[in-house]
Amino acid sequence: MGKASVVEAVGLSKQFGHFIALHPLDLQLGSGEFLSIFGPNGAGKTTLLKVLATLMKPSSGQVRILGLDPSEDGIAVRRQISLVSHSTFLYENLTAYENLLFYGRMYEVENLPKRIAEVFEEVGLTSRQRDLVGSFSDGMQRRLSIARAFLHRPRLLLLDEPYVGLDPEAAHNLGKVLAGLHDGERSLIMTTHNISRGLELCDRAAILVGGRLVYDEVRSAISADDFEATYLAAQHQARAVRPPRRFDGGGP
Amino acid sequence: MQVHERLNDRWVTVLGIAVFITMLLTLYGVFLYAPTDRNLGHVQRIFYFHVPSAWIAFLAFGIVFVASILYLVLKEAWADRLAHASAEVGVIFCTLVLLTGPIWGRPVWGVWWTWDPSLTATLVLWLIYVAYLMLRSQMPEGPSQARLAAILGIIGALDLPIIHIAVHWWRTLHPKPVVMQTKGFGGGLEPPMLQTFLVALLTFTILYVYLTVLRYRHESDKAELASVKRRLQA
Amino acid sequence: MSKLIVLLKKDFTAELRSKDIVLTMLLFVLLVIVTFSFAFEPGSIEVGVLAPGMLWISFVFAGVLGLLRSFVNEQQNDCLLGLMLCPVDRGVVYLGKALGNIIFMLAVEAVTLPVFALLLNFDIWRFLPAIAVIFSLCTVGYAAVGTLFSAMAITMRSRELMLPLLQFPISVPLIIAAVKATGGILAGQTLAEVSGWLKLVGAFDVIFLTVSFLIFEYAIAE
Repeated sequence: MGKASVVEAVGLSKQFGHFIALHPLDLQLGSGEFLSIFGPNGAGKTTLLKVLATLMKPSSGQVRILGLDPSEDGIAVRRQISLVSHSTFLYENLTAYENLLFYGRMYEVENLPKRIAEVFEEVGLTSRQRDLVGSFSDGMQRRLSIARAFLHRPRLLLLDEPYVGLDPEAAHNLGKVLAGLHDGERSLIMTTHNISRGLELCDRAAILVGGRLVYDEVRSAISADDFEATYLAAQHQARAVRPPRRFDGGGP
Repeated sequence: MQVHERLNDRWVTVLGIAVFITMLLTLYGVFLYAPTDRNLGHVQRIFYFHVPSAWIAFLAFGIVFVASILYLVLKEAWADRLAHASAEVGVIFCTLVLLTGPIWGRPVWGVWWTWDPSLTATLVLWLIYVAYLMLRSQMPEGPSQARLAAILGIIGALDLPIIHIAVHWWRTLHPKPVVMQTKGFGGGLEPPMLQTFLVALLTFTILYVYLTVLRYRHESDKAELASVKRRLQA
Repeated sequence: MSKLIVLLKKDFTAELRSKDIVLTMLLFVLLVIVTFSFAFEPGSIEVGVLAPGMLWISFVFAGVLGLLRSFVNEQQNDCLLGLMLCPVDRGVVYLGKALGNIIFMLAVEAVTLPVFALLLNFDIWRFLPAIAVIFSLCTVGYAAVGTLFSAMAITMRSRELMLPLLQFPISVPLIIAAVKATGGILAGQTLAEVSGWLKLVGAFDVIFLTVSFLIFEYAIAE
């Protein structure tokens, strides 16, 4: 990769009581890279993103994000990253503009009104910015949540299953926005179980099943058909040894 | 692992025997050895159960406090289990205090319940830790349950001194509680009474440790069983 | 510090628009007071004796409703998680919510007092400065623990039950002090004469604001 590491995880694992959500794994992400992580539900994708987003502490291993240790410089890390999850993080009692104003101020974005205008333009919501978010359709809310996520120009954008629950048109629009965000400067990690969507955008694809990172390859070396077979095989193999995904027991 | 387990078993057995012997001693002391109180009569004997129960309730909730802090710092399941076990045992003894208090109060004060400061504070204490157990039952087992329970374990303990002050000021017009005189612990007691009291105190303390250990092991076993089941299913 | 204001502003903007927190509490308080009046036949009783209990019972219950509402708003769309992702200390997020709740509760109390005085034909005005001090101090402590507990209760199955169950026993000293101090003032005592209670409340406020500030990040689900 040659470029500065944006994510550098060594032996990262996460355990909930007796349940192992993530087995120790290594992950590197270079600046400007777009990594798609594929995996079925319960594979540990969300857990991995939450650890990278500083929302969870890993049970073991080292994580450095943009050269910083999230457990020590959590605030500095959070200033430069962003997470798009299934939830939009938007206040329905506030207008679209007020939502971005709030988050922009929390992130201390400079020249905020201008930046907000820019961002609205990018996601095509300029005409609706004075409307309450509660009145937005799901697709519009999703677009606004992405606008919220890159408002502060994060160097690392984490996307957790952004395609779930989107109709084809909204999914198409999302694809366009994501392609625009993949500008060679910003790094992105997207989890999904949608193979075509995931492969379409990424530079690198990884497979996570049963909390194990079983595959990691640059996009140019992957043929879509082979990949699908690999993914299904990995999923099948994992099912044989994978513990069920119920949580229990004490411990963090 | 197995040797370790067996060692644990042996200690638990020793504790059980110790509880049995000291409990016999206590019963002997309470009903045969200690003289009947001149003013209060036989009802005074409940004091040997009432006060040690109150002591155990405080001890238990103190341990909940310490274990809760340990859990938030260390994130170790054992600290959470200890807090849970201790809270359950504490609530039982706190209930005993609330039951024996009125039994004593009825002949002495003429009413079942008075808003005596110590009794009132115990009632509030009981409510807090019943809420603690409710909170646990409201959530699936796991780290979230442990964290939220730990928070209440800490807040509850910090509130205790404030509750005590508030309740005492609130009831300033009432007589000082009879069992804990200003002279100090058992200051007004005859020697056989004092000896019986101390033995009872020791007995209840061992009983507390015994019950908590049993409850703790029960929780550990449950977790162990769950993980074995999971491995078998997989 | 500036983030604290940003957080507060966000809550105010939302509240000014929907008014659901303040309105819920206000309606509830009025209902309690009216119901009380029916139960005790106005005119036949000494309002001064009953007033502290009446007011504080209604505030304590209404407070629980308002606290829950303020976190229902945060829970929608997982906004709380969004806050956790912001580059700000989680304690500041707590302070923002707590301050908002304090102000909302005080607003409700400020509206309630004149209505109460009017309905029960009770001259509360000459006690106003002292009452304001007492109510402010007690409300701070109540919202301080309440904000922490509602953040916890919001994730539970029966949160409407769990919040009072957590909140009321812990607030017992606060409620005793509030009722006693208010009663003292209405009976003609000066603030200095009830200062013991106020110190107790002050200690409660300081202890639980500090502890909640430190512990809040554990109250938010991982």
